[in-house]
Amino acid sequence: MSVILNIEKLTKSFGGLTAVSNVNIKLEQGELVGLIGPNGAGKTTVFNLLTGVYVPTAGTITLSKEGKNTALQGLKPYKVCMNGVARTFQNIRLFKDLTVLDNVRIAMHKNVKYGLLSGFLHLPSYHREEKKLMEKSIELLKIFKLDDKKDEYAKNLPYGEQRHLEIARALATNPVLLLLDEPAAGMNPAETAKLTELIKWIREKFNLTIILIEHDMSLVMKICERIYVLDYGMVIAKGTPDEIKTNKRVIEAYLGEDVSNA
Amino acid sequence: MKKIFEKQAVRKLIFLALTFIIVQLLIYADIIDAYLQNTLTAICINIILAVSLNLITGFTGQFSLGHAGFMSIGAYTCAIITLRMPTIFGFFLGVFAGAIFAALVGFIVGLPTLRLRGDYLAIATLGMAEIIRIIFINLKITNGAAGLQNIPRFTNWTWLFIFMVGTVLLITNFLKSTHGRACIAIREDEIAADSMGINTTKYKVIAFIIGAFCAGIAGALYASYFYFLKPNIFDFLKSVNVLVIVVLGGLGSVSGSILAAILLEIISTFLQSFSELRMVIYALLLVVIMLFRPQGLMGSKEVTLAVFNRLGGNLKSGMSKLEQRFKSKKGRV
Repeated sequence: MSVILNIEKLTKSFGGLTAVSNVNIKLEQGELVGLIGPNGAGKTTVFNLLTGVYVPTAGTITLSKEGKNTALQGLKPYKVCMNGVARTFQNIRLFKDLTVLDNVRIAMHKNVKYGLLSGFLHLPSYHREEKKLMEKSIELLKIFKLDDKKDEYAKNLPYGEQRHLEIARALATNPVLLLLDEPAAGMNPAETAKLTELIKWIREKFNLTIILIEHDMSLVMKICERIYVLDYGMVIAKGTPDEIKTNKRVIEAYLGEDVSNA
Repeated sequence: MKKIFEKQAVRKLIFLALTFIIVQLLIYADIIDAYLQNTLTAICINIILAVSLNLITGFTGQFSLGHAGFMSIGAYTCAIITLRMPTIFGFFLGVFAGAIFAALVGFIVGLPTLRLRGDYLAIATLGMAEIIRIIFINLKITNGAAGLQNIPRFTNWTWLFIFMVGTVLLITNFLKSTHGRACIAIREDEIAADSMGINTTKYKVIAFIIGAFCAGIAGALYASYFYFLKPNIFDFLKSVNVLVIVVLGGLGSVSGSILAAILLEIISTFLQSFSELRMVIYALLLVVIMLFRPQGLMGSKEVTLAVFNRLGGNLKSGMSKLEQRFKSKKGRV
């Protein structure tokens, strides 16, 4: 096992407020790690720092892929994505007025190999690549059982399927590291259980490393191998789900007694 | 699949050829007289302007008020070149130099201003167009506020049609490519597009450059048709006029822009006879249309030639229904 992501002393201040302070996170290749904490603890800010939406005040983020180290801090989001980091959003950010198919095709953009000229004139390379793109998109949508809804507008999908489409779209960018921001938010227990299986399955199938922000403890405790707990922008605990369940500081900060008894 | 595609392409070609020939015949027959030819030219130029602005504003979501600026660059470049080289070669050189020059300015202006969003970008592009206009007023080569006269006329229906179809096809092709989809993604959600690996600045600038390039062509055609240029033709109102066509046709609909360009020009031609009331009626019409179709005539939908198919199909099924009813009635009698 090798380290795929190394976050060191990551800090982000907004004016006087330090949203994330001195966070260290290390991820092994193929791990599924949970990031939990009370509301406003800075979890999404960590994601935004990882994906380049925010520029860190201090600290480094290093992605190791195929023996190469890349510093992600300060890169623009699209560059981070090109390096193999994909994400979903807490408040779904699909391309609402576009079809399911287009949502996925757009995410495959960085792997499409024809130039502007071919785009203007629809040269043979356009037709060849677009056909490949179509096949790959349908294949991906099939995994999420969305292939028969490919011409539906994203905004017309039921909520659960929108969440699925967001994951499909993130996978379309062909990532090595997937960041899921509250994938089970707003889902009922049955849907959450299904999602849990799906996340496990895509990790195997796409050979992914996953970080997951989630409030639904049934999901987190079931599938995460390790958990980091954030509070007030600092990591207050890390360890296996069992260790976290019995950690005193975590219980104080967030979890409550019923989980520690469980 | 491929057969359907080819069939569509053939049908498109036939449709275009027919349009061209019919209008050409009408011009020969003098049904489209010199006066109506002005309208025709204005329609074609407005279609190029509107479709290219729609690429920037409707598809990429960047609110630009500077289209007249790009148009004026194309117009002046073409005029200056054809005045010194009054041949068909000079005309082509003028059109392409004008388009490239406009695209270049689009690139220089777009790079810094496209970081701005929404209304800020609108103000920046508006300022850009005004700066260009004032430069033309003060340059010697453009003959200042008096403008350029006796520009040789090369623009005719054939060239208008070729350039119009060419630019519209290039833009629709672009929109169907991965690059075009990247532009549309920026309009839908810039942060999401960025996070999905789309270089948003690059594609905004590309859309801006293509838009400016086409506006340059439109300007060049304009200069080579109307003999006369002065900077005040390309003022703020001109940009707004183009924007009105785009909004009226529907942001994000190429066919909407085409439809609106035709409709508005025809309306304003008919209104020529009510000289004082003309702008009042025109504005009133706009208000009414926007009240009843706030998403524009077409919304973000497109009319394709398939419409004729469907119309044909409806006609057929309607006929057979009528026939049936007729038969059943007969039977009862």
